[in-house]
Amino acid sequence: MSDHFDAIVVGAGPSGNACAYVMAKAGLNVLQIDRGEYPGSKNVQGAILYADALERIIPDFRDDAPLERHVIEQRFWMLSEKSHTGAQYRSDEFNEERPNRYTILRAQFDKWFSRQVRAAGAVLITETTVKDLIKDDAGRVIGVITDREGGPIYANAVVLAEGVNGIVGQRAKLRPEIKANHVALAVKETLFLPEETVRERFNLAGEEDGVVIEVLGSVSSGMVGTGFLYTNKESISIGVGCLLSDFAETKIAPYALLDKFKQHPSVAPLLKGAEMKEYVAHLIPEGGYDAIPRLTGDGWLIVGDAGQFVNAVHREGSNLAMTSGRLAAETLIQLRAEGKPVTEATLKLYRDKLADSFVMKDLKKYRKVPRLLEGNRQFFTTYPAVVNKAMQMFLRVDGVDKASKEAAMMRGVAKARGGWWGVVTDIFKMARAWR
Amino acid sequence: MAEAPKPPAASRAGMKKELPERFRDYKDVWVFIEVERGRVHPVSWELMGEGRKLADKLGCQLAAVVIGPKAETTKRAIKQTYHYGADVCYIVEHAALTDYRNEPYTQVLTNLVDTHKPEILLLGATPLGRDLAGSVATTLQTGLTADATELAIDDDMCLGATRPTFGGTLLCTIYSLNHRPQMATVRPRVMAMPTPDPSLSGRMVWDSFKMKEADIITKVLEFVSDNTSKDANLAYADIVVAGGMGLRNEGNLRLVRNLAQVLGGEWGCSRPVVQKGWATADRQIGQTGNTIRPRLYIAAGISGAIQHRVGVEGADLIVAINTDPNARIFDFAHLGVVADALTLLPALTEAFARRLGARALAS
Amino acid sequence: MDEPIIEALEPPKPEPKGLNIVVCIKQVPDSAQIRVHPVTNTIMRQGVPTIINPYDLFALEEALRLRDQYDGQVTVLSMGPPMAEDALRRALGLGADRAVLITDRRFAGSDTLATSFALATALGKIAEERPIDIVFTGKQTIDGDTAQVGPGIARRMGLNQLTYVSAIDSLDLGQKAIVVRRRSEGGVQVLRSRLPCLITMLEDTNTIRRGSIQDLLRAARAPVAIWSAEDAGVADPMKCGLRGSPTVVKRVFAPSPRAEKAEMVTIEGKAPAQIGDALIDLLFARDPKLEAVMTAPRP
Ligand SMILES: Cc1cc2nc3c(=O)[nH]c(=O)nc-3n(C[C@H](O)[C@H](O)[C@H](O)COP(=O)(O)OP(=O)(O)OC[C@H]3O[C@@H](n4cnc5c(N)ncnc54)[C@H](O)[C@@H]3O)c2cc1C
Ligand SMILES: Cc1cc2nc3c(=O)[nH]c(=O)nc-3n(C[C@H](O)[C@H](O)[C@H](O)COP(=O)(O)OP(=O)(O)OC[C@H]3O[C@@H](n4cnc5c(N)ncnc54)[C@H](O)[C@@H]3O)c2cc1C
Ligand SMILES: Nc1ncnc2c1ncn2[C@@H]1O[C@H](COP(=O)(O)O)[C@@H](O)[C@H]1O
Repeated sequence: MSDHFDAIVVGAGPSGNACAYVMAKAGLNVLQIDRGEYPGSKNVQGAILYADALERIIPDFRDDAPLERHVIEQRFWMLSEKSHTGAQYRSDEFNEERPNRYTILRAQFDKWFSRQVRAAGAVLITETTVKDLIKDDAGRVIGVITDREGGPIYANAVVLAEGVNGIVGQRAKLRPEIKANHVALAVKETLFLPEETVRERFNLAGEEDGVVIEVLGSVSSGMVGTGFLYTNKESISIGVGCLLSDFAETKIAPYALLDKFKQHPSVAPLLKGAEMKEYVAHLIPEGGYDAIPRLTGDGWLIVGDAGQFVNAVHREGSNLAMTSGRLAAETLIQLRAEGKPVTEATLKLYRDKLADSFVMKDLKKYRKVPRLLEGNRQFFTTYPAVVNKAMQMFLRVDGVDKASKEAAMMRGVAKARGGWWGVVTDIFKMARAWR
Repeated sequence: MAEAPKPPAASRAGMKKELPERFRDYKDVWVFIEVERGRVHPVSWELMGEGRKLADKLGCQLAAVVIGPKAETTKRAIKQTYHYGADVCYIVEHAALTDYRNEPYTQVLTNLVDTHKPEILLLGATPLGRDLAGSVATTLQTGLTADATELAIDDDMCLGATRPTFGGTLLCTIYSLNHRPQMATVRPRVMAMPTPDPSLSGRMVWDSFKMKEADIITKVLEFVSDNTSKDANLAYADIVVAGGMGLRNEGNLRLVRNLAQVLGGEWGCSRPVVQKGWATADRQIGQTGNTIRPRLYIAAGISGAIQHRVGVEGADLIVAINTDPNARIFDFAHLGVVADALTLLPALTEAFARRLGARALAS
Repeated sequence: MDEPIIEALEPPKPEPKGLNIVVCIKQVPDSAQIRVHPVTNTIMRQGVPTIINPYDLFALEEALRLRDQYDGQVTVLSMGPPMAEDALRRALGLGADRAVLITDRRFAGSDTLATSFALATALGKIAEERPIDIVFTGKQTIDGDTAQVGPGIARRMGLNQLTYVSAIDSLDLGQKAIVVRRRSEGGVQVLRSRLPCLITMLEDTNTIRRGSIQDLLRAARAPVAIWSAEDAGVADPMKCGLRGSPTVVKRVFAPSPRAEKAEMVTIEGKAPAQIGDALIDLLFARDPKLEAVMTAPRP
């Protein structure tokens, strides 16, 4: 067998796995390279898996994929230093036959996905870092160089599925270095708790029911960011992520931020007695639509986080990654079937497919959100604090009449934003960004 | 008594069949005395102390096994076995047994067992003990529990050997059913060192050795002794100061050595320190290094991973210095200081030097 | 992708020369990541990654070095669940020539005696094709942690047993002579022995190589021979697994946590020297005899 491949996929995260799987299934000769000891060994996610994107690739994935719990309840918390105000939605209808959202552990999930990829016929090599791309005289990408002896390896197409901070694309000048205000730095811990304890603490009847908590407010200590807490089978994933540029400016240590979150009176009881299993840090691309780099060129294309395909508002990433990976694969399969070369021009097919999918549509829709949030920190500071204060005032029975309380609450909200005008503007800005 | 058939324990009635006829007359507790180049490994005496307890519980004799050359050192070892409580000592002396080699030692010990039929056979979990025990147990087709940290006789008079598994995360108690002898190797420094009683003596039983040197394939060409000054006597030190990755670089290990020096103790380290090449493997403390049982153990910049913990838990007094208030070492230390070891170690060394020096002058 | 998949172990094409080496490797859970369920005291394996027993990598590297120097081939052998194929494939990527996995429900629950029986039987099968010169094992596993399987194999196969080997000084294929350094108490034995032998390799004695791209591509595509008990040549299944194991684990439990956490010495606002003094006071209060130990005359 020659060492020339139809495609080389750099990275074995969700995007790379989706792409390699679909291509291998269609009979393409695929080489996938990952630097981890095994696929997923260093990969980080919250992690919520959105079933739809995977179902389109492996319809019966539920049979044997390592899924933790399916989400039947979602809580939103606005945190202040000592309190939280929350909304929550729980529905037995989420207990459907094919649940829509699952918690997962990426190390296991990626490993499982990778096994499917290999079973489909792709060749995987691990513990190998792709150093650079090889181009021919015309500037066309024709292969990769790795950190191992005995390269280079050639292919008709190179798919960059290397994640948010992948160096290969940057080094080959295919995409710019990411900006510090286009990425969030997230830190996360996995904490062991016995299964019964998880179920008791989160009020879960079904063995596989799960709860998700999304958190805004004091959790980010004034930075643009959010926190989360997810239930797994025998563990809890908890994390917070804020803009890298904010961390740099505030000099707040990420682990200190997470520690503070863990000690919050609303959170600590949920974690009591849990033993830390893992502490990780990872970047999340949050620049949105305007941060998307050039996605294709002669002999190469970009999928997943490397293309900034993350919907920060809805915390979706892996589904965009898998979808972009699948679309890239379908493109390359079609080009091969039609006997066409892989060029910037022919890859318009991929760009069109993307534009036509929820990936680009959603990113476009929230295009303005990142910058809006950055310039309006009250969403993370003042509002949560004021709301919590108001709630307390409202609930405390202390002889003050309700009308006066309501008035004081309203004044508090208005004052926090320098008058009603500020509040109204904020509401408008938010509404416009979402439109 | 040992020869009476034992009633099956209800708890594992399903697993336990009657002890086969051929094993019914196996009795007595044996301890293999590890003599290398004239020196008895202290673990052998620790095992004699433990063996005494087992033999008393079983109401049988405690025997020592001494294998070696016909030499003064062997004689001395034999005599000592009585001081440490042996009722009887089985002895095989032959020039071919001067240095430890697997082949002849396995044959000697296997023969002794076949002839004299011990119920329990204990060895130290040293390189020699593990090498020998594995061969002997396989030859005898009997069960062997490695690296035990606790031995006990249960209600139906069987030996339960408890040992750490999964890197010390768990303990398990292991039995050898339906086979004799019940064998175990035991970690050095886990059992207490008994006090010898020079007034004691006992019976000697000699056995012969039939192999000729020419029949033994493996030859010892040379023994390269570890430089004795470097030979860390870590396992047996009363005071141990150790450093971990919190010390940041090789140079800072000096701070650990200095304190150990002032306290008249030994120094050691965690495994990553050895892996970094900052210290030699004989300095490593923990599951895959030395087990220590000092009166005082000071750990600086060590996180307290389970693999480290199992090596130091026997210490009487554990002091931990760590910058992280949540470090696991504080879960099992007696005294903890949340501080930078790089500043506290020199200060502590100073303070001790002052204190001890002054006292030494005054007295 | 059009090459036929070779199912069984085929003898290498040119007439075999050099050393025939087998390295026994075990796939183990990464013990650093294992937790114990606080209520049921069982292992929480969930999410615990598996690795090649770290000690076995030193054995593998030593075997590869011998092969590179004397020619021949290195087979990696493992007994374990089907998943252990991953470990073998990784070993192929590190440069091993071929891999055999013996896997069978009947092997489940093996203690060291039954494990060495199964491995020795499979080794016998491998040797039918061509006699084995050296069997390597690691010093010990990090889960079983007994260091008994190596000696067990040696004994069963009648191989010269060389444990705790830190270096192989010389090897003379013609004379079948080997000189090794063996770690023992207080020093190193230099031993001369003969092939065939079994070597258990000490840790940190070499650095495992990084295979080349070609090794990895070969490993990714190479077949791993999967043998059942029968395939491996096991005639008496009573000697395997739980039934063939004289030892029985009766109780598994977590080490009892120390009742109280450390007494914390507060240092706020104190100078290091003061903390030092305070600590010394506390120490001497806890163990009044310590001072005498510290001031005892040094040897
Ligand atoms: C804390 C956190 C929480 C998140 N929560 C969610 C969530 O709940 N739901 C959700 O859908 N998304 C979530 N995301 C986002 C999601 O994780 C990503 O969108 C997704 O992992 C992107 O997949 P990918 O395949 O593009 O990249 P990655 O998963 O980052 O994979 C990239 C792979 O490429 C390999 N690689 C990189 N460079 C090289 C190289 N040079 N050579 C060889 N290999 C290389 C890496 O080893 C890695 O395996 C979260 C992210 C974080 C950090
Ligand atoms: C099979 C196996 C066997 C093992 N066997 C052993 C063994 O025998 N012995 C052993 O020790 N380990 C062993 N380990 C490794 C063990 O799991 C841990 O990785 C190791 O003990 C950690 O060493 P450490 O505490 O020095 O380093 P780290 O875990 O890196 O901890 C460093 C500590 O220093 C603290 N610190 C940092 N800076 C400072 C400062 N300035 N002052 C004070 N404190 C500071 C940190 O808070 C941290 O707690 C084994 C592992 C495996 C898998
Ligand atoms: N199941 C197994 N498969 C292959 N080799 C093994 C197996 N178990 C043990 N070994 C080998 O025997 C050595 C000692 O193992 P142990 O006696 O379990 O400490 C290991 O380092 C391996 O080389």
